[in-house]
Amino acid sequence: MADTDVLPNNTSTGLETSGPRGPRPRPMLSRRNIILYGTLIVIAVYYLLPLYVMIVTSLKGMPEIRLGNIFAPPVEVTFQPWVKAWAEACTGLNCDGLSRGFWNSVRITVPSVIISIAIASVNGYALANWRFKGSEIFFTILIFGSFIPYQVMIYPIVIVLRELGVYGSLTGLVIVHTIFGMPILTLLFRNYFVSVPEELFKAARVDGAGFWGIYLRIMLPMSLPIFVVAIILQITGIWNDFLFGVVYTKPDTYPMTVQLNNIVNSVQGVKEYNVNMAATIITGLVPLIVYFLSGKLFVRGIAAGAVKG
Amino acid sequence: MATSDRPFQPFRNLNAKIASIPMILTALVIFIGCTIWTIYYSFTKSKLLPKSNFVGFDQYERLWSTRRWLVSIENLVIYGSLSLIFSLIIGFLLAALLDQKIRFEDTFRTILLYPFALSFIVTGLVWQWILNPDFGVQSVVQGLGWESFSFNPLYDADIVIYGVLIAGLWQGTGLVMCLMLAGLRGIDEDIWKAARVDGIPMWKTYLYIVIPMMRPVFITTIVIITSGIVRVYDLVVAQTGGGPGIASEVPAKYVYDYMFQSQNLGQGFAASSMMLVTVAVIVIPWAYLEFGGKRRG
Amino acid sequence: MEPSISIKNLALSFGALEVLKDLNLEVAQGEFLVLLGSSGCGKSTLLNCIAGLLDVTDGQIFIGGRNVTWQEPSKRGIGMVFQSYALYPQMTVAGNLSFGLKNARLPKAEIEERVNRAAKILQIEPLLKRKPAALSGGQRQRAAIGRALVRDANVFLFDEPLSNLDAKLRADLRVEIKQLHQKLSNTMIYVTHDQIEAMTLADRIAIMRGGLILQLGSPNEIYNKPVNKYVAEFIGSPSMNFFDGQIDDSSSKFSTGAQVFPLEGYGFKEGTSPKGPAWLGIRPEHMVNGAEAEAAPIRMQGKVELVEPLGSDTLARVSAEGHSLWVRLDGQVSISDGDAITIGFDPARANIFDKTTENRL
Repeated sequence: MADTDVLPNNTSTGLETSGPRGPRPRPMLSRRNIILYGTLIVIAVYYLLPLYVMIVTSLKGMPEIRLGNIFAPPVEVTFQPWVKAWAEACTGLNCDGLSRGFWNSVRITVPSVIISIAIASVNGYALANWRFKGSEIFFTILIFGSFIPYQVMIYPIVIVLRELGVYGSLTGLVIVHTIFGMPILTLLFRNYFVSVPEELFKAARVDGAGFWGIYLRIMLPMSLPIFVVAIILQITGIWNDFLFGVVYTKPDTYPMTVQLNNIVNSVQGVKEYNVNMAATIITGLVPLIVYFLSGKLFVRGIAAGAVKG
Repeated sequence: MATSDRPFQPFRNLNAKIASIPMILTALVIFIGCTIWTIYYSFTKSKLLPKSNFVGFDQYERLWSTRRWLVSIENLVIYGSLSLIFSLIIGFLLAALLDQKIRFEDTFRTILLYPFALSFIVTGLVWQWILNPDFGVQSVVQGLGWESFSFNPLYDADIVIYGVLIAGLWQGTGLVMCLMLAGLRGIDEDIWKAARVDGIPMWKTYLYIVIPMMRPVFITTIVIITSGIVRVYDLVVAQTGGGPGIASEVPAKYVYDYMFQSQNLGQGFAASSMMLVTVAVIVIPWAYLEFGGKRRG
Repeated sequence: MEPSISIKNLALSFGALEVLKDLNLEVAQGEFLVLLGSSGCGKSTLLNCIAGLLDVTDGQIFIGGRNVTWQEPSKRGIGMVFQSYALYPQMTVAGNLSFGLKNARLPKAEIEERVNRAAKILQIEPLLKRKPAALSGGQRQRAAIGRALVRDANVFLFDEPLSNLDAKLRADLRVEIKQLHQKLSNTMIYVTHDQIEAMTLADRIAIMRGGLILQLGSPNEIYNKPVNKYVAEFIGSPSMNFFDGQIDDSSSKFSTGAQVFPLEGYGFKEGTSPKGPAWLGIRPEHMVNGAEAEAAPIRMQGKVELVEPLGSDTLARVSAEGHSLWVRLDGQVSISDGDAITIGFDPARANIFDKTTENRL
């Protein structure tokens, strides 16, 4: 389409046409690239090393561990440590392995995630769209409260839970997770709902929808991504919790992290490093799977959780 | 808009108020109530059970004359300042590296961030194993020929806190990197172009233009890191158990042990109140800078 | 005279996406060239290539007779002004202006002299000690121009510099940029999507679309003799009116629907006598009404559908002979919806485009 009349292709200005032409030469192996990618690869190896060590150690037999070094791949692959970690490892009097802790953690995490998100999303919605006198003050207390070290509040909460008759039970722990998940989740949902165009909310009100109607039929279907972010945040957070587990549950209901620590750091008996590492991987598996599957949403979650503290 | 049937004030917006009950209860009962309760009982002689027999600042005096608490504070200061400095530097450098329009950026980011998805217990146990003197890094390096090589942080009281620091940085720098990367991505492309036209070398552009522009990101990151540091507990429990001896004790562990193991509640309350003071010293100036000028919250 | 900027066979693609295709362009010393086009046409990309901020895929770029294809932006002898100003926020205006010079290790006295000179030209002397946050939009853009000015560059590149300003300020700064060009007389390349900016500022306009330059010419040429239907429609507001029809075998008549327009006075390209399907275009401001229309070679009876009084003139949408046409009338004319109206035009002011190639005939 270019009109050659107005765009003479060949000019007679006598410029050196044989000089540099096309893209600046940038060999793949330029010094910059070697340094850049070299550094990145070294760093990546460093970050991956612990994962690698965990896996290879968990696949070796104890004699091999005593002889070899921790970075060497297993000569003879054995899954025995995994079986033992899952079903036979002892903590105190129980010798039924991590499986008990795993199921406890599931029983803690699932209801905690559901209840904390349900409450916080409605909360955030009320704060974003139905402000009332004092709502912002409570929200401010909530956000600043999230900076208070848990250690300050754990003991009085023990008393509260005891009064409610749920101290030491899974229910008690679910309540605690719901409470301490509230600041970050409420913030997450409030900020999300604030970003929803206000006209939409007004239009729904004109159409006669009320508090719950707008929440269930308009806000909820629109905000699935933020729910996914919240779920990721809560699953990893609650699964990884140690402090609340150790304070608010009894040995029978210990979550996985507490049981793992008891298995590995128990002073009795011979240290079985391969079983320990297998147990460690199994414990880390759930958040890792969530992390690798969620990809960018996880990053969004922690960026949103940046105000947590 | 008839004013005659305007509802009675407290019932206006009733559903929103009902929905906010959990938030209000949490804010008032847990965050304010429990905190005041703890501070109140930190002035008592409570042992096994909380009792209202006041002893003034006795618990605090005893706290500050207990060697274990002093070690804990010293560790917190060392661990905290180094962890803060290193995670900011490393996190920023990693973010700057990832910001060079590299290939496989997502892969590298995934690798650098995955430790953050893990529990501190898992992190502590892995690094306990890697730093194990008989099988870990020390023995591997010795096996390679450096017989005199010695790196045994977990059993050397002088350097044990650095062993914890290595693990903490491994887990936490990915988060800092992510926050920094988001900050870098928020910088106007045209600024970079202008700097190139001006002929400013890249490192100078970062140092004199980009980093000053990222001040808010740095402040937020510092607040996040520090309030995390004050709470550090799980990592120490898993990696060193506070040992060898009391060499790697931290305040959070001191609180737990006094409250739930030594049946000395008063000490636990006093120690946790001190932790609260530490956090307040950081958070209040930040909040004042961040929101003070405009409005609360 | 040697051109100030010369671009030869420039091409740029991102993967499979071709953004610029075999593009050639010469800009004379002291010329004000405007790159005009809708978003995504490649105009900003071309500017970034000239600046060296984007690596080209093929072709060469010469500035001041020097092959700068592989040169760093700072070594090309250019100054650049950005849409978002791109001022360094934590430095004062003076700091912004001098940062590049300091970095080039110029003597202190010279830096000061240059900064003061630029500040004087742009009348930002009182602002030198302020930070960008304390400046208004117009002041910021002046400071950004100042940063380009102190570089003593022979070539100035502007990347939509006025887009972030409100209408009034935009008009003011437009005049200032024009005066600046008259004063400095260095080469300027200016990217915009605003045709008024283009028409008022440019010595020549390059209209771009799909990575190609469709037409390169003076504002007058572009307005009066657009090379194709796209350019004809792009320039002018409201857009040119088009009639879909046929040129007869003798190239002397154009028939559309039941109407036949004589084409006497229309200048077909020399030596050609086209025929067949074609578009005939006439700008709203070249349509006349009333007595003038009665005297025009081409006349139509119509009815006013819509009136848009603009004060200085009045736009009327007229339906005539099955066509819906925009007509620009005098501001004082009093017409209203539903009025009968006679409109007409002179074929000499029309533009005829081939139906298939859409090029001007």
